[in-house]
Amino acid sequence: MRPILMKGHERPLTFLKYSREGDLLFSCAKDHTPTVWFADDGERLGTYRGHNGAVWCCDVSRDSTRLVTGSADQSVKLWDVQTGTQLYTFNFNSPARSVDFSVGDKLVVITTDPFMGNPSTIQVKRIARDPADQTSDSVLTIKGPQGRINRAVWGPLNKTIISAGEDSIIRIWDAETGNLLKETDKESGHQKTISSLCMSADKSHFLTGSADKSAKLWDSRSLTLLKTYQMDRPVNAVAISPLLDHVVIGGGQEAVNVTMTDRRAGKFEAKFYHKILQDEIGGVKGHFGPINALAFNPDGRSFSSGGEDGYVRLHHFDPEYFSIRM
Amino acid sequence: MAAVESARPQAAKLRWGELEEDDAGDLDFLLPPRVVEGPDENGIKKTTEYRFDEDGNKVKVTTTTRVRKLGKARVSKKAKERRNWAKFGDAVHEDVGSRLTMVSTEEILLERPRAPGTKEEPSVSEGLGPVQPGAVLMVCRTCGKKGDHWTSKCPYKDLAQPPETFVERPSTADAASAAPGGAGRSAYVPPSMRGGGERTGTEMSRRRNDENSVRVTNLSEDTREPDLLELFRTFGPVSRVYVAIDQKTGMSRGFGFVNFVHREDAERAINKLNGYGYDNLILRVEWATPRPN
Repeated sequence: MRPILMKGHERPLTFLKYSREGDLLFSCAKDHTPTVWFADDGERLGTYRGHNGAVWCCDVSRDSTRLVTGSADQSVKLWDVQTGTQLYTFNFNSPARSVDFSVGDKLVVITTDPFMGNPSTIQVKRIARDPADQTSDSVLTIKGPQGRINRAVWGPLNKTIISAGEDSIIRIWDAETGNLLKETDKESGHQKTISSLCMSADKSHFLTGSADKSAKLWDSRSLTLLKTYQMDRPVNAVAISPLLDHVVIGGGQEAVNVTMTDRRAGKFEAKFYHKILQDEIGGVKGHFGPINALAFNPDGRSFSSGGEDGYVRLHHFDPEYFSIRM
Repeated sequence: MAAVESARPQAAKLRWGELEEDDAGDLDFLLPPRVVEGPDENGIKKTTEYRFDEDGNKVKVTTTTRVRKLGKARVSKKAKERRNWAKFGDAVHEDVGSRLTMVSTEEILLERPRAPGTKEEPSVSEGLGPVQPGAVLMVCRTCGKKGDHWTSKCPYKDLAQPPETFVERPSTADAASAAPGGAGRSAYVPPSMRGGGERTGTEMSRRRNDENSVRVTNLSEDTREPDLLELFRTFGPVSRVYVAIDQKTGMSRGFGFVNFVHREDAERAINKLNGYGYDNLILRVEWATPRPN
């Protein structure tokens, strides 16, 4: 395939998200300016100017009218997708790390980092249909996990919130009461910080990637470990294909290897694994730096990767991809 | 000038290079309008634009793009409408010359993992090419290139030396001691004797050659002399290639030297290949000695 290279960001990419219909691709990077691209040919549509810090995460509503972004400048902003205007800003006491719209786009779950004595929190805010009615009260606030919470997402039917972070434990919380329902144990779970989490299209299972060089597939309701995919490098980004039984995992380079001349300089690739058989299908090379973000188009016919090199690479699969037999 | 910059501080990074144009903004009416020659039967689209550069010269920018139909996509009505949205934010002043979005020049494959034991084919460098079953593998001793020609038929008879002689050298990149001349190649010359033989005779030609020396840095670790030779050959005859190898691991130390016969070729190579993406690293190509003038 001929990937399309998009160099709109000056700094490393942090997150990629496709719109529900798969025609828009939103990219977040450390350069303060989330950008939206057309997902078919990579042409840039616009940028959202307003943040003063690295943008860590974003989510887009199902009708592609609202974009929510979480940034290190201690704010979460709500934007109009079409015009780029800021509709509302939620302010916090610490950098905001992860944002996720609920099914129905009426609620958004936000995580904030531990900062200056404040512990990390998971907060739920209500999103009003009319921006004029928007308030910044939290519907729910959860405190408890030690360390940074890298990602928190809504569970199936908005009944639960699933969080994962630096303490390498995945937790399932009740979305109404905030009670802890389940958490993984140290033996079967990850051993190091969990960098990324991706829900399946139907939210029945999810994939987590960790610095312990593995990615694990879990059931969303029972939190049982279903599969483990072994990588040879710390995992920074994961994604589940909505079309085939594939998962893609992207990683980086261990800090200790960066300067040693007799180690691999790193040809950074996104590795495809068979979701059920756990075998490696193959790798897609090309990035000049560790891969920090991965996303599948909802139609499963293309995917994009964002790297430390500031490039977004948009790949449309060749026909051969769809007939891969293991 | 300054006023324009402060009005858009966040966009300044991308836009300062175009500030000069705004200076000559008054003269825009002198420029002919942009002409777009639509996609022809091969899908080639030519856009001709005019602008003023920093010195106030009128510059014609012709952008040739190939419009390829990637495939049919079932697009919803809303998605079709979104296609016609106006650009906003930093994309407002996007012109044809902005190279934010480019199709990769390399074909990238989903590389299936090899079964352990089989040799992995490197994706960009010295690929063997499909070998017919039953064919003899032709190896040339001179340039080390397999499958193309025998030693006696080597097109590089007088030029590049076999890589093995360079591996034995100490890894100081001493470009001064050139390879022995064509006649002496049949006898093995130990490294200690190598430079001594021609210090007197060929100093003149060597020095001239060193001014055509190009340093290449940021090579990937399995790059070798034949790869560099292959890459730089297109610019002209190459007299010598050298890649610094770490003796301990056998991997390239990330840099090498290429000596061209003609200076102009070296110049063109530098202009074309500096910043070129090669095997997932971006090459840095420059003159080996401080710019010989």
